[in-house]
Amino acid sequence: MTQLPAKTERKLGLVIDLDTCVGCHACVVSCKGWNTENYGAPLADTDAYGGNPVGTFLNRVHSYEVTTPEAPPRLVHFPKSCLHCEDAPCVTVCPTGASYKRVEDGIVLVNESACIGCGLCAWACPYGARELDAVEKVMKKCTLCVDRIYNENLPEEDRTPACVRTCPAGARHFGDFADPDSNVSRLTAERGGVDLMPEQGTKPTNKYLPPRPRDALREEVDVLAPFLAPVAETPTGFLGWLDRTLSKLPGGPN
Amino acid sequence: MHPAKSIIAFTTLSGLGFGLLFWLGSGLADFTGWVGFTFHVIGLGLASAGLLASTLHLGHPERALRAFTQWRTSWLSREGLAAVGALTAMGLHTLTVLNGTPITALGFLGAALSFATVFTTSMIYAQLKTVPRWHTWATPALFMALSLGGGALLAAQTQIAAPLLAAAAALQLLWWMKGDQAFRQSATTLATATRLGPGQVRAFEPPHTGTNYLMQEMVYRVGRRHARRLRILALALGYGLPLALLMLPMGHMAALVAVLSHLLGILASRWLFFAEAEHVVGLYYGRPQ
Amino acid sequence: MNQPKINTSPKVSDEVKKTTCYMCACRCGINVHLKDGRVAYIEGNRDHPINKGVLCAKGSAGIMQVNAPSRLRAPLKRVGPRGSGEFEEISWEEALSLATSWLKPLRETAPEKLAFFTGRDQSQSFTGWWAQNFGTPNFAAHGGFCSVNMAAAGIYTMGGAFWEFGSPDWDHAKLFLLFGVAEDHDSNPIKMGMGKLKARGARVVSVNPVRTGYNAVADDWFAITPGSDGLLVLSLIHLLLKAGKIDLDFLAHFTNAPVLLDSDPKSPTHGLFLRDPEGRPQVIDRRTGKLAPWDGEGVEPDLSATHRAAGITHRPVFHALAERYLSEDYAPEAVAQRTGIAASQIRALAGEIARCAFDEAVTINREWTDFRGVTRQTMIGRPVAMHAMRGVSAHSNGFQTARAIHLLQSLIGAVETPGSMRFKPPYPKPATAHPKPHCKVTPGQPLNGPHLGYPQSPADLCLTPEGTPARIDKAYTWENPLSAHGLMHMVISNAHAGDPYKIDTLFLYMANMSWNSSMNTSGVMQMLSDTDENGDYVIPRIIYSDAYSSEMVAYADLVLPDTTYLERHDCISLLDRPISEPGGAADAIRYPVIQPDRDVRGFQSVLLDLGARLGLPAMVKADGSPKFADYADYIVNHERKPGIGPLHGFRMGENGVQHGRGAPNAAQIDEYIKKGGFHVSHIPDGAAYFKPWNRAYQDWAVHIGLYDKPDPYLIQLWVEPLRHFQLAAEGVGAHQPPEHLRARIKTTLDPLPVWYPPFLDEAVDPEEFPIHALTQRPMAMYHSWGTQNAWLRQIHGHNPLFVPTALWEEHGFKDGDWARVTSPHGEIVVPAVNMAALNSHTVWTWNAIGKRKGAWALAEDAPEATKGFLLNHLIHELLPPKGDGLRWSNSDPVTGQAAWFDLRVKIARADAPPESQPNHPAQKSPVGQGPANLAWQVRK
Ligand SMILES: Nc1nc2c(c(=O)[nH]1)N[C@H]1C(S)=C(S)[C@@H](COP(=O)(O)OP(=O)(O)OC[C@H]3O[C@@H](n4cnc5c(=O)[nH]c(N)nc54)[C@H](O)[C@@H]3O)O[C@H]1N2
Ligand SMILES: Nc1nc2c(c(=O)[nH]1)N[C@H]1C(S)=C(S)[C@@H](COP(=O)(O)OP(=O)(O)OC[C@H]3O[C@@H](n4cnc5c(=O)[nH]c(N)nc54)[C@H](O)[C@@H]3O)O[C@H]1N2
Ligand code: SF4
Ligand code: SF4
Ligand code: SF4
Ligand code: SF4
Ligand code: SF4
Ligand SMILES: [Mo]
Repeated sequence: MTQLPAKTERKLGLVIDLDTCVGCHACVVSCKGWNTENYGAPLADTDAYGGNPVGTFLNRVHSYEVTTPEAPPRLVHFPKSCLHCEDAPCVTVCPTGASYKRVEDGIVLVNESACIGCGLCAWACPYGARELDAVEKVMKKCTLCVDRIYNENLPEEDRTPACVRTCPAGARHFGDFADPDSNVSRLTAERGGVDLMPEQGTKPTNKYLPPRPRDALREEVDVLAPFLAPVAETPTGFLGWLDRTLSKLPGGPN
Repeated sequence: MHPAKSIIAFTTLSGLGFGLLFWLGSGLADFTGWVGFTFHVIGLGLASAGLLASTLHLGHPERALRAFTQWRTSWLSREGLAAVGALTAMGLHTLTVLNGTPITALGFLGAALSFATVFTTSMIYAQLKTVPRWHTWATPALFMALSLGGGALLAAQTQIAAPLLAAAAALQLLWWMKGDQAFRQSATTLATATRLGPGQVRAFEPPHTGTNYLMQEMVYRVGRRHARRLRILALALGYGLPLALLMLPMGHMAALVAVLSHLLGILASRWLFFAEAEHVVGLYYGRPQ
Repeated sequence: MNQPKINTSPKVSDEVKKTTCYMCACRCGINVHLKDGRVAYIEGNRDHPINKGVLCAKGSAGIMQVNAPSRLRAPLKRVGPRGSGEFEEISWEEALSLATSWLKPLRETAPEKLAFFTGRDQSQSFTGWWAQNFGTPNFAAHGGFCSVNMAAAGIYTMGGAFWEFGSPDWDHAKLFLLFGVAEDHDSNPIKMGMGKLKARGARVVSVNPVRTGYNAVADDWFAITPGSDGLLVLSLIHLLLKAGKIDLDFLAHFTNAPVLLDSDPKSPTHGLFLRDPEGRPQVIDRRTGKLAPWDGEGVEPDLSATHRAAGITHRPVFHALAERYLSEDYAPEAVAQRTGIAASQIRALAGEIARCAFDEAVTINREWTDFRGVTRQTMIGRPVAMHAMRGVSAHSNGFQTARAIHLLQSLIGAVETPGSMRFKPPYPKPATAHPKPHCKVTPGQPLNGPHLGYPQSPADLCLTPEGTPARIDKAYTWENPLSAHGLMHMVISNAHAGDPYKIDTLFLYMANMSWNSSMNTSGVMQMLSDTDENGDYVIPRIIYSDAYSSEMVAYADLVLPDTTYLERHDCISLLDRPISEPGGAADAIRYPVIQPDRDVRGFQSVLLDLGARLGLPAMVKADGSPKFADYADYIVNHERKPGIGPLHGFRMGENGVQHGRGAPNAAQIDEYIKKGGFHVSHIPDGAAYFKPWNRAYQDWAVHIGLYDKPDPYLIQLWVEPLRHFQLAAEGVGAHQPPEHLRARIKTTLDPLPVWYPPFLDEAVDPEEFPIHALTQRPMAMYHSWGTQNAWLRQIHGHNPLFVPTALWEEHGFKDGDWARVTSPHGEIVVPAVNMAALNSHTVWTWNAIGKRKGAWALAEDAPEATKGFLLNHLIHELLPPKGDGLRWSNSDPVTGQAAWFDLRVKIARADAPPESQPNHPAQKSPVGQGPANLAWQVRK
């Protein structure tokens, strides 16, 4: 089981748009809400109302600051969940076969009833996408909402991950990367979607769209200068311009 | 990485135990009768104590049997199989020794499996690209040298133990030197982790103000001074003192001191093995690169 | 490969109930999934006009709110000293009899001795109606400390405001300017809108000292120095005027730019409009060159022509405007220093505004007819949308700064036009269409009218015949004449000081006034528990309604425990703060989707019960029995005017069910429930834009009951009511301000937008306190409530002070260091964090994360209490003494808006104390403490 499939029929995953993510954590909590109730054991919170609350989350939003000498500093909100890697090291290290990559769609899952909670898969994942649940003692990770995306009890339009459905800014997109015409493939191509830590050789399925260039409005650009050419230099001159301009407008005496 | 007591105990004790079993099985440490039996039991005891400790570390030890199934890909699974194989072979071998009819082939098999067990253990760590400090050929080399050296020490094989421990000490130093550079030399940086830039990328706010499993498990921090002191302690106790004692004519007491000193030193070194290891996920949480 | 078989189609729930979220005031539609009658999952309602299916972090965490251990369990009577948190649980009968015994004598003798103030409860039309029936003038909600500057500036200027009543045209805007917004009340719509702009590649420009959240995704960041937006905007206006990049057609037809002003400085009506005998402001009609009323049929107002009558020259407003803003005082070079924005950057932005407005105009081919009867074939829009909130409004110059933004919008024709800002019904609605404030008290009788409104002149102030403030919060006095939402932040300190008079009972609802919603928090805690020489509390009685064990609960004598939002009826009404979008009028309900498992009651129902016990006329039948069984009964059967009730959908007409006007319909709530909990009346296409001037819209609004008759109006670039106050300050008229306020009124109540430095800048030495200190709303937390939520508190469990890199290095801060932050009023010691993307004179923190120990059923070592902190300790409700014997309020001089963000501080590195400072002793929890671990699952 922990052998990776040579090829999956589909490659389902997410595109995350770092240009648009406002860092609201909606996806984080919606993920928690759906996944504590559905597939697998609940996602526990220890010391929930105490001095050191620690809970299991399958999706977390970081933020990073990017500074360059030339431009104003930027801040980027950065959501991260399992990337459903093609060469998933978390799967091959698993001694029990609890971790596996699904042949039909490439989703990486943990079969919780087989998991011994050894934690090795979490060590093997470079992205911090797996968390061992402190109460349930099994490995938890993003399921790509496998219990939503095919769920016949949900209306067709809701067969999408909870985090995608809830993202207010529309910064998360779900689809099949094996299909070059899918929304996610097209977005990745158009916006130059990238892999995280490509050097780790995990071949992540999820792609990140980099933030667009920022802060162009710092110098009065040549194309904008004509828009500010003064019509007059003094208030009196301005009223003169006004009279001249008004007289050219329709609506006055014929 | 979080220096979990059970894992430190496991790798240290079972390393030593399987090392001892290796020498016993290979026949190079040739004890017979009750003496042989006792040595065997010590070896088996250490090895299984370690295994037990590691099993207790599991979230669901009751499902531990499943861990034997994935030997095709998983070093942890292989380790399990090798360990059980080694313990079985050496267990039987023990009986034959007690019986006065040691079966050499069984001993060889046990020795090979013991060797393999330690190797597989080391590969669990060495395979992890995510922990650059571990991801090196030197990790299995060090584990093997330590296991064999410690085993020989335990088996009172002075001539074998001395060069092996010296080699282990050299490997240990090399491993630390390499290790201290490893994270910086690995290709993984916050820039590759986030693909943000050009420019300097800095972690600003973590996703949660508190801690989480990942930070507790993977982003352990150890003070530099503390680490240096522990390294010296590990060198002195784990290698220095035992080697010095080996140079002297060994009495039983001296042998016991050498073994205990070695054990303590290796425990310290093993603690550092985990505590100093930086996981790349730390980058996401703003750990310095 | 043999993969495990998993059930990819599990049953999601037994039942889905659709109601309205209450984890914040945005009021999104939610689908509540129930299993065995328990809440199992909450998601956004796709059909809902506000959120269209999405849900924010707080909304998704609702399940943890409903199940929070901090929930109150039964009515509480205080047994320990105020602030201790020692209570006994009592029955509702006892609680209500007690409250009745306190309030009844007040009503019969001195109703003003009851001060009833509410938080962000979303039922102000109801609570206000109750207070009016009680007869006290002392009622308001949180608007005075929240964003009344935004509301008042918008309504006096444009007849609608950004705050809750306006929205960018997300589908057409090409340039979006966002001033001082971290989150907004329109939480989800703004995020969705930003997403739309991003998807279309429109440009987002953020003006904000801090670059997080929306401001982080903005294409351009203007790292403004706090309090100076007005200057930046007036400079943009200067550049656009000078370049003639203004929409003359829009200005002439839809604003009062052409209205004639008395321009004779010696005239007693100087600066007032020239009016005809019917009182209609006059313009010159370009067709005839003669005077004409502004709204005359077919009139073509002239922006330039002047008029002389009776020896007085009358100039159009536009002349005064051009004269003022063409001044070089507003040249980019002149404002760069104070705003922290380079002149080149200001020019670039002005150029981009001009380009978008005029080169990229949006034209919709839709015929429409304006109020003068002129039919136009197209709707031409300027796709430059703007939005602003508390970064602008929470300053003492916020009213005028907001006005400056509205002037900028108007100059380029970017109000209610395609691509710009659009109003949400019941807006547009000019100030003149709102009531005026009422304050006449008659013991045993209702107040003479609604409390809050929009004064038009000094005659409308709430003063007693002796000229003293009629209201406990001193709203509508010369100190802040247009305080349209009251001044909740002054109630406790005024009541404590007995100034303007003493009160007996402070009745608060849903406002954490002993903590995060007060300035000077420690001082307020003291005032609430102070005793007089007899040992009696200075504020004799405090009644409070909360649903949770908040900091304020500890200071109440009687606590009326509310249900949570999933257990009660609520009404999000067009009479109040509805959920409309620019394309439709919408209202909504909540209804009990689960039953409370404890002895709590919906506060609105309790208020009706109390009203009936007090015999308030509107709440009892002729025989004295209660008129309404509960709030649901009120929602259905109360009529504000015949045919107009709290909900506008599914009313009864002659031919059956109809929307808008109509008689009560017993099945109304059931209809709402069936339709997803809300009702939208869509605005017809031809009425969708130019609403204030569009006959089709005006007629539609009358039809559904928003107006009684069409009420078109002009955008008030020149706000005449302000000029009335200024004239009074100049000595004209019967109503005269006190001497010490004359000068201030003259400068700050300017009928044209002005900028003046925030008051604290003048009151303290800027050299000593060189740094601005701000708060921002965290998107995943709602004020203090989020903390009790096991999921949300992990995201924001404590809050550092973010220090700009320049200051960080200057002071030699290192990671993990703490900072001592000192204001003219107080000091805090708190954890510090370095931040580059921040104005270099500004520090900030997340708002309302710090908690008092023992509150919210948290452990005493909760990080919220040990590392978290409030900036509020540094802010005072009064400015530092000026030596004139007076204490000036830390508020906007026009509206009384609390000036939270005027705060100035100095910082220094500090040794880490064991806990953040100041540190208050723990309050006892009346509900115990939460369980250690959660593994939340309802699954059968
Ligand atoms: N430093 C600083 N201070 C500020 C601000 C700032 O920006 N900076 N912002 C100010 C602004 S704009 C505002 S609006 C205020 C907000 O301040 P508050 O209105 O005091 O905010 P909350 O913390 O939401 O407190 C509301 C109370 O309502 C209770 N509550 C929640 N749900 C229910 C319910 O269903 N029924 C009842 N009866 N009670 C309920 C909560 O438990 C809580 O005690 O803070 C102000 N304070
Ligand atoms: N998640 C969440 N949503 C909420 C709330 C909440 O507590 N949590 N509270 C609700 C309430 S009651 C309110 S009033 C609204 C308020 O919503 P916002 O108006 O977004 O309120 P703040 O978070 O106070 O944001 C003020 C912003 O103004 C900036 N700022 C401060 N001073 C200046 C200045 O001088 N100029 C400029 N340009 N910017 C400045 C600050 O950096 C900050 O980004 O949010 C509502 N929505
Ligand atoms: S992101 Fe981590 S957990 Fe997910 S597939 Fe890749 S390696 Fe495995
Ligand atoms: S924790 Fe579970 S899933 Fe992960 S490697 Fe161990 S057994 Fe496999
Ligand atoms: S796909 Fe589902 S499980 Fe994965 S992060 Fe999104 S909500 Fe969580
Ligand atoms: S919900 Fe969307 S916008 Fe919010 S943090 Fe997640 S990805 Fe970003
Ligand atoms: S913005 Fe969030 S908390 Fe506010 S009403 Fe909407 S979903 Fe609820
Ligand atoms: Mo507010």
